[in-house]
Amino acid sequence: MPAIRTEALTKEFPVGFWRKRVHRALDQLTLSVEPGEVFGFLGPNGAGKTTTLKLLLQLIFPTSGVAEILGRPAGSVDVRHRIGYLPETPYFYDNLTAEELLLYFAKLFGYAPADRRRRVDRLLDEVGIGSERRQMLRRFSKGMLQRVGVAQALVNDPEVVFLDEPMSGLDPIGRRQIRELILDLRRQGRTVFFSSHILADAESICSQAGVLVAGRLVSVGRLDEILAVERGWELVVADLSEVAQRAIGSRARRITQIALGRHALEVAPTESDQFVRDCIESGAHVVALNPLHATLEDFFLRAVQDERGNEGASSDDSRATEPPPTS
Amino acid sequence: MTESASGGFVASLRVVGHVAVHVFKESVRDRILYNLVIFAVLLIAGSYLMGQITAGQDVKIIKDLGLAATSLFGLFIAVFLGIGLVSKEVQRRSIYSLLAKPVTRPQFVLGKYAGLVLTLAVNVAVMIAAHYSVLGVMSWLESPEFRAGWEAPATDPAMLKAFFLIFVQLMLITAVALFFSTVSSAALAAALTIGLYIVGHFNADLRNFETVVDSPAAAALARGFYYVLPNLAPFDVKTAVVHAQPVPWGYIALTTAYGVAYVAALLLASIVVFSRRDFK
Repeated sequence: MPAIRTEALTKEFPVGFWRKRVHRALDQLTLSVEPGEVFGFLGPNGAGKTTTLKLLLQLIFPTSGVAEILGRPAGSVDVRHRIGYLPETPYFYDNLTAEELLLYFAKLFGYAPADRRRRVDRLLDEVGIGSERRQMLRRFSKGMLQRVGVAQALVNDPEVVFLDEPMSGLDPIGRRQIRELILDLRRQGRTVFFSSHILADAESICSQAGVLVAGRLVSVGRLDEILAVERGWELVVADLSEVAQRAIGSRARRITQIALGRHALEVAPTESDQFVRDCIESGAHVVALNPLHATLEDFFLRAVQDERGNEGASSDDSRATEPPPTS
Repeated sequence: MTESASGGFVASLRVVGHVAVHVFKESVRDRILYNLVIFAVLLIAGSYLMGQITAGQDVKIIKDLGLAATSLFGLFIAVFLGIGLVSKEVQRRSIYSLLAKPVTRPQFVLGKYAGLVLTLAVNVAVMIAAHYSVLGVMSWLESPEFRAGWEAPATDPAMLKAFFLIFVQLMLITAVALFFSTVSSAALAAALTIGLYIVGHFNADLRNFETVVDSPAAAALARGFYYVLPNLAPFDVKTAVVHAQPVPWGYIALTTAYGVAYVAALLLASIVVFSRRDFK
């Protein structure tokens, strides 16, 4: 049974003064996340990431489609006992302390007072705000609120954790702590579904990823599979003559002098053999042949460009042109 | 009711209680509340000075002012804290984390309402204490002969009837504020609630509107508004208690029943609207 499953999940928002036109923020999302995965839900701002999370949490209702968590309809009370959620740039009650807020949330899960206290003390220490536990939340910085947000999302030891831009507003130390916390959750066998547009964060922690562009899922799979696409080869040669530089270099995607008498040629995936032969025949020495793997950033940018290209080409596209109301 | 159903009901009430206690805790730390309560208490205390400049009417003036201040500042508390119950929570997105917990939307609405009613109860109690203290001091300072000239004793317990009906009225206004805050922004909800409060005090005039207009359509429309809008005039028994006129218990019970029924209808409407709302 998947931890998270959506089928043709679609959300449309009415737009315009008379609310007659619709903006499709999420378009037929079909997705399955297995238990224990750290799933990175990636996409540019306005792609529909937060909309998807809100649909899974039933903060908004789908126009059509199905969303299930742990085999139960998303949003049902028994599901909420088993999940945690960190909203994007979380905001809490000004006149409560961090400790009071977490105790209040723990109370809603029905824990006994001693258990509540134990959970809250542990979590506040884990997210690094143990010493500020009795400060009013209105005095907290954005980064500290983010930590409180993470702590409240984990107050019930959830099986599935939804994190909306968890690194947002954190300094490098905070980002590292959150990254380690997510990896800890993975080690404990929990499912983590997090959205992000910061690709470096995703690359370092997620085992699976989905790329969402303009409300459509353009790619999904294991991160190593997504990144397995080779961008080409980097051929490093020494003593390449000026004649050969002109003849061979003009056929390469790019030629760069990396040291005295040493050049790097970027060549297409299918042309590496021919380039190696040509270089040797011209009297040069092959120093190295390195595969150029696509980074997640390459993949992400290409997916965005493809999607935008498709949108531009599609003349019968019925989607509204207004910016989406949520990201 | 089966055992599991009753257990579920109790658990559900417990969640409502947790939300209510949280609202109370948040509200009593709100600076707006402190400002309003302090100002109300000062006004009640200041009524003593006002009483000094009126010949022979001092006790009535103090009673009138105390009751009016409780009603007015109670209204401000109900409106300014009441609209924050939902509007601000949605606006600031603090509701996202809460609704991801095992709290249903009806429980959220009922808990918020109960929390504010609790806050109002405490504040009205503070104002009643201030009111009776001022009157107690005044009674103590005056001679027995002077006190004998008063229509009713300064610390007449009958005033509690007026305070009680003020409180029921404030419960109704809070429910109005809560309803508007589920459908509109904070500012609009405040304006609509205050508007309805004013209209509610003149509602009785709508009943016999045909005596002042010729158009039957306008009269029918006015009659329709009379039945739909809250009628707040019956909650105002200040004049009666100040002048030591009797306020029958039956009248209080009937007026309270009307208030409670109106509150129930408003809460139901708030729950229906809120349960379908998208939090964009």
